[in-house]
Amino acid sequence: MGQTISEKIFSRASGKEVFANEFVEASVDCAMSHDNSLQIMKILQKLGVSHLAQPQNIVIILDHRSPAPSEHVAANHQFIRAGVRQFRIPHFFDIGEGVCHQLLVEKGFVKPGMLIVGSDSHTTTYGALGALGTGIGVTDMAAVWMTGKLWFKVPESIRITITGSLPDHVYAKDLILFIIGKKGADGANYNACEFYGDIFADMSLDSRLCIANQSMEMGVKAALIPPQERDAASFCFADTDATYVESIEYDISHLEPQVACPDQVDKVRPVSEVTDVSINQAVIGSCTNGRIEDIQQAARIVKGNTVADHVRLLIIPASRAIYLEAIRRGYLQTLVKAKATILNPGCGPCLGLHQGVLAEDECAISTTNRNFKGRMGSLASSVYLASPATVAASALKGSIADPRESMK
Amino acid sequence: MKFSGKALKLGDNINTDLIIPGKYLHLEDPVELAQHVLEGLDGDFVKTYQKGDILVVGKNFGSGSSREQAALALKYAGVQTMIGTSFARIFFRNANNQGIYLFESQEAVNDIESADWIDIDSSTWTISNTTKKRQYNLQPLPEFLLAILENGGLVPYLRQKEKTKI
Repeated sequence: MGQTISEKIFSRASGKEVFANEFVEASVDCAMSHDNSLQIMKILQKLGVSHLAQPQNIVIILDHRSPAPSEHVAANHQFIRAGVRQFRIPHFFDIGEGVCHQLLVEKGFVKPGMLIVGSDSHTTTYGALGALGTGIGVTDMAAVWMTGKLWFKVPESIRITITGSLPDHVYAKDLILFIIGKKGADGANYNACEFYGDIFADMSLDSRLCIANQSMEMGVKAALIPPQERDAASFCFADTDATYVESIEYDISHLEPQVACPDQVDKVRPVSEVTDVSINQAVIGSCTNGRIEDIQQAARIVKGNTVADHVRLLIIPASRAIYLEAIRRGYLQTLVKAKATILNPGCGPCLGLHQGVLAEDECAISTTNRNFKGRMGSLASSVYLASPATVAASALKGSIADPRESMK
Repeated sequence: MKFSGKALKLGDNINTDLIIPGKYLHLEDPVELAQHVLEGLDGDFVKTYQKGDILVVGKNFGSGSSREQAALALKYAGVQTMIGTSFARIFFRNANNQGIYLFESQEAVNDIESADWIDIDSSTWTISNTTKKRQYNLQPLPEFLLAILENGGLVPYLRQKEKTKI
């Protein structure tokens, strides 16, 4: 009987042949956590655990509130640094290195066919490299640190095939927002999605990471784009006779830039239906869209122009390496000349904690992955999600704008 | 396990930002967290909710962030069990790990109204609506999940396991 990618990865990780809906205890290849390592360490201290099963598989990255915006957070970071030494965790990245999901990929921790857990919902990102990445909470993560293992239900899989190619100024972000709009916020809850189509053969890693990351917003357990290198191990690919709970095909040849409207990621409209919504803040960054091609899209659009008077344009490179490359290529100079503010690598204002919190009645357009009520600050503020090109075009105009117009 | 309580109905797609907004994530005291539970949805929720009330929710409850503080805030507000159309997967795990029993039943959610008196029996896998004199059947939870729940969550469960080893 044929297997999906998830069934193959869980079979390898649990040491027996398994299929969808079976419960397994699987060995975890890599375990990522961020600022919430604090809670994980406290749970283990409460349990009296000092010896971890496989500390070499644990990666900790401080990114959610970095650098510390308050004395309280500073104390938490201090606690985590001490814990890293106490638990002898070799892979620790302090503030300013970057966003967890970008760093894990950039530093080579992610390989096709791996089973990776993260105490962060957007752990699905690693599917861009054909690894099964999935989010868990801190108590589950404490169990992983203790034992190196965790229980899972093998997910049923949805096969999504993309046909056609992206029109000019339409990007991976538009593609995945479009799919989320069609599937709904719970359209893939408990399921793994596998992505197919010629489009992936020459799609950049930056774009694939965006798709796998943003897919979380339709509830996926994992979002898998099979490795493009055909010589990858056979457990990284599905069998031709694998069973899918659903097979869908989307033709994207005529796709417009897409915008997810407040307060749900599945409230997706073509940009032409939401132009002229006035904005106060434009954000380009995050684990979804803070990579070099994203900053490039933004720099191209703002080059020689200035951000609208009433708009704050925030740029957050997703890692130190991306930051350096954006400097080398002159993108940051272009953006700063256009009156953008550059923030240090990290999660920035994505979850409303610091660095660009919204006041009552303010509106932002952002390349981040969530637009929930109050996500970026006040419960009476609102967030629209779009591609870096759409966000940059909107920053110039002062209201939501079609990037195809700015590039004319 | 048996639960009895008054139903309090909520809608679809209630995400973890609504359950506990990001600005409270630095709070470590679960009692303090509980004072802000569901504040994003309804500023008066903590006043309306009475300890032991059974939350009856629509689809995709707990979607979004993996923040376990969502389950923790509900637990310390007095939520022991919930009935829903569906729960988002990370929230499902977190709630189990905190010892909150989650039951999925579309039929029950359609039928139950706020203030109905509800009895849940996990030995017979049934929900009884005393007010409407109706019964709904549940899918049994797997044994190992029940073991975690019966111990009050994953941490007490692991502690118990350690003790029996010695």
